[in-house]
Amino acid sequence: MARKTTQTRKALTTVAAWSIGFLIFFPILWTVLMSFHSEGDAIKGPFAMLASPWTFESYGEVQHRSNYALHFWNSVVISFGSTLAALVIAIPAAWAMAFVPGRRTKDLLMWMLSTKMMPSVGVLIPMYLMFRDFGLLDTRSGLVAVLTLINLPIVVWMLYTYFKEIPGEILEAARMDGASLRSEILHVLTPMAVPGIASTVLLNVILAWNEAFWTLQLTTSDAAPLTQFIASYSSPEGLFYAKLSAASTMAIAPILILGWFSQKQLVRGLTFGAVK
Amino acid sequence: MGKITLRNVVKRFGDAEVIPPLDLDIENGEFVVFVGPSGCGKSTLLRLIAGLEDTSDGVISIDGLDATDTPPAKRGLAMVFQSYALYPHMTVRKNIAFPLKMAGLSPEAAAKKVEAAAKVLNLTAYLDRKPGQLSGGQRQRVAIGRAIVREPKAFLFDEPLSNLDAALRVNMRLEISELHQTLKTTMVYVTHDQVEAMTMADKIVVLNAGRIEQVGSPLTLYNRPANLFVAGFIGSPKMNFVTGAEAEAHGAPTIGIRPEHIDLSAQNGDWQGKVGVSEHLGSDTFLHVHVPEVGVVTVRAGGEVAARHGDTVWLTLQADRIHRFGPDGKAL
Repeated sequence: MARKTTQTRKALTTVAAWSIGFLIFFPILWTVLMSFHSEGDAIKGPFAMLASPWTFESYGEVQHRSNYALHFWNSVVISFGSTLAALVIAIPAAWAMAFVPGRRTKDLLMWMLSTKMMPSVGVLIPMYLMFRDFGLLDTRSGLVAVLTLINLPIVVWMLYTYFKEIPGEILEAARMDGASLRSEILHVLTPMAVPGIASTVLLNVILAWNEAFWTLQLTTSDAAPLTQFIASYSSPEGLFYAKLSAASTMAIAPILILGWFSQKQLVRGLTFGAVK
Repeated sequence: MGKITLRNVVKRFGDAEVIPPLDLDIENGEFVVFVGPSGCGKSTLLRLIAGLEDTSDGVISIDGLDATDTPPAKRGLAMVFQSYALYPHMTVRKNIAFPLKMAGLSPEAAAKKVEAAAKVLNLTAYLDRKPGQLSGGQRQRVAIGRAIVREPKAFLFDEPLSNLDAALRVNMRLEISELHQTLKTTMVYVTHDQVEAMTMADKIVVLNAGRIEQVGSPLTLYNRPANLFVAGFIGSPKMNFVTGAEAEAHGAPTIGIRPEHIDLSAQNGDWQGKVGVSEHLGSDTFLHVHVPEVGVVTVRAGGEVAARHGDTVWLTLQADRIHRFGPDGKAL
């Protein structure tokens, strides 16, 4: 039954939706606004700050004091590298779970997901020691490995959900048509799951880009991604609000733009299979 | 060549034995139909032949060679699925060419074969479309095209017409039969529709609970059903079964008589009854007659019969058409 919608109700819902949207977006907006003011103006009240002159001073300062390009490149390598590595492991894993499930497949999936529920700090010390002993501290390869493992459960879960939507008969048809397992995954399954794989990649890149626990603990300078770049401007002493905001804006801008252009794909991917 | 032999083939899912030990011979060039009610194991049997399911025991050989552990890709069989199972991201051309590509054929040779298959199946105009842009019948033709380009030893059809509407189903039935006449390749066809089985098969295998009830030509099954199950399953409308005194009078605990083997009269006959429901098909009329002591008897009368609900009619069984069954359900 269609619900009755009056004009007033529509207007109220619209206002409410925009208000909630604005509330969620506000911290990002405020960060961006602060980054365009001087340190002195940034700590004034909201109206005083907005009335004060706009300046690129903080951006200049941040550029001068840190190597943005290096951190940006590290973030790119770490997030895309870990996503690619996770895909290579997760596609065959999800294929096996979706198309040749065993009696314990469901338990295995739950167990994989449960590792995400464990507080990371619980394994910080063993991880740190292992990284130290294997000479992986402050290396991009070390971080790629860690982020691959951390996001693997989510990647497997997402791919598993997409693969479950693909009728098994199509894969059987490929087998009857003479396809080897490799051809079956490469020529039939993967092209059919492209929308799902694309949204998995996007989500995983965003998660890896924003990961701020292991990247802060295991890097210092050479392999430090943008999270470390932001953190270097957070200090208990001195005035760093505007510079911190400028660094944050520069760090989140690339991923925000990527998210903006791919939002359709992301939403489709995340609600895939929910509605037939 | 396409001779398929099953010896002592067993399939278990966990503790459940869905196919008890079973033997079957499918001769080269034969059109064999597996028919039976839902869940009788006919699709499982086909999948065992295809290699999509592993046998729990027994031997499947193709052209005399043991293929029990051969993967589906290596058995040289082609399969057409109920859901068509086309590759949605490929055009019709690529769909049909896929098995050739997997076989390592050159693109030029593959293109030639695809064109030829498309011509046979009237698909030439649709070669560059994706499956999503085709009707059900066209999709089914693509699935068949994909099967024939491989020139397989045998074709396996898993209820290929179930998703089509009634009119299209009749057309496709004829097309598949014609294809069999042309190619003369072994075909194994699974259906729950006994009309499909009767019209297409050289040999019908009637399955019930994983067991083969009877194997024979359509008319053998119709004229000499081995037991009550086959007698009831083959033929439409269903055979009438009568037990009790009326059956004993014919020398068996149960007798069966097909609706078309009962003569109808308004004046006299063996049994007197009242017409319940009458179904008019134009070419035939099916009368459901309530006969005291016997039950509801279905009678098929040719052409239009002006019998109405409640009319009294007389039925006479054609003596040479009565089937007699023993206490174990087997034909006597």
